[in-house]
Amino acid sequence: MRFNSLLDSVGHTPLVGLPHLSPSANVRLWAKLEDHNPTGSVKDRAALAMITQAEKDGLLQPGSTLLEPTSGNTGISLAMVARQRGYRLICVMPENTSSERAQLLTMWGAEIIWSPAAGGSNEAVRVAKQLAEANPDWVMLYQYGNPANPTAHYETTGPEILADLPTITHFVAGLGTTGTLMGVGRFLREHRPDIQIVAAEPRYGELVYGLRNIDEGFIPELYDESILSSRFSVGPRDALKRTRELLDSEGIFAGVSTGAILHAALGIAQRVERAGGEADIAFIVCDGGWKYLSTGAYEGTLDEAERALEGQLWA
Amino acid sequence: MAVEVRIPTILRSYTGGEKLVTTDGATLRGVIDALDAAHPGLAERITDESGLRRFMNVYLNDEDVRFIDGLDSAVADGDSITILPAVAGG
Repeated sequence: MRFNSLLDSVGHTPLVGLPHLSPSANVRLWAKLEDHNPTGSVKDRAALAMITQAEKDGLLQPGSTLLEPTSGNTGISLAMVARQRGYRLICVMPENTSSERAQLLTMWGAEIIWSPAAGGSNEAVRVAKQLAEANPDWVMLYQYGNPANPTAHYETTGPEILADLPTITHFVAGLGTTGTLMGVGRFLREHRPDIQIVAAEPRYGELVYGLRNIDEGFIPELYDESILSSRFSVGPRDALKRTRELLDSEGIFAGVSTGAILHAALGIAQRVERAGGEADIAFIVCDGGWKYLSTGAYEGTLDEAERALEGQLWA
Repeated sequence: MAVEVRIPTILRSYTGGEKLVTTDGATLRGVIDALDAAHPGLAERITDESGLRRFMNVYLNDEDVRFIDGLDSAVADGDSITILPAVAGG
């Protein structure tokens, strides 16, 4: 495939079957390999769409400064796009993220402002909102509330999946900004009214939920509960186990959040198989495992890997 | 009807610091009532007049109860319930 530039090549990712992990010929799993995007994650789609929309809306001039709270992938994608379009990028990132993410951000020219580990991304959002208020000339694209984020998936990821898998019955993805699930979910519901849209939500260690009071909780502005059919919470042990299974059985080297998504997808697949039904279940491989090598996710026993992830934002 | 309930850090002042409490009930509502009887004040931190509080998520065997039957979700012996505040991901 030929493209005029790297940015033109975002999306168009492969959908591959999982012949070993699928329960049977009637209940099949399909992986959408979003690690094939230019910076290696699904976030390239939203980042490109958010910057392009901000340009259309006249919010950006050459040399403008972008600000974004991110646990990593969105920042890396924004940095790649911003560098080519001539913008400066400042990312607010929680301290408890893998060191590769900071290296990649710096490599693509972004500046990092660290937010405290306790409170996870909640804190990054809070710090970024304060910075945006103090610096009115900075542009915060704000992935949690920017409609261009789900629109990117409504216009690209969703149609790609439906074209490759017209018999799709279930779509499973991670719940972070909710952009992927909202965009793909809306598109698929319009074309396959009976489809099940399933969210897999990472369950982190206690440090991340260390709120001072319950009114500090956070729900992304993009989230629309009516798009989802069900929502599962997946802890680090199940996520790690499935990440390793995906590598061992199918040769797919994915990040840990993909393991959480696969765990939910396999749960559904087994349920359908027991009921004697048929299903084509597509799920998102958010990124490759490269950025998580330093976390120990792929070495030693599951116990050791789980201990190493304690307190980390692994998704 | 023994059910294990995981209590988030922010609510452990009600359970004397306990992370994991065992209680019973035939529905989630019954479980929360039983929790409140043992640990007074806990129920109103999890629910309000409209049902579950906006920033509180409750998972029954890892599935969000808002997509089962909410507070009316049936609970069986040996089930595990996790209560967590809603936080940002991404």
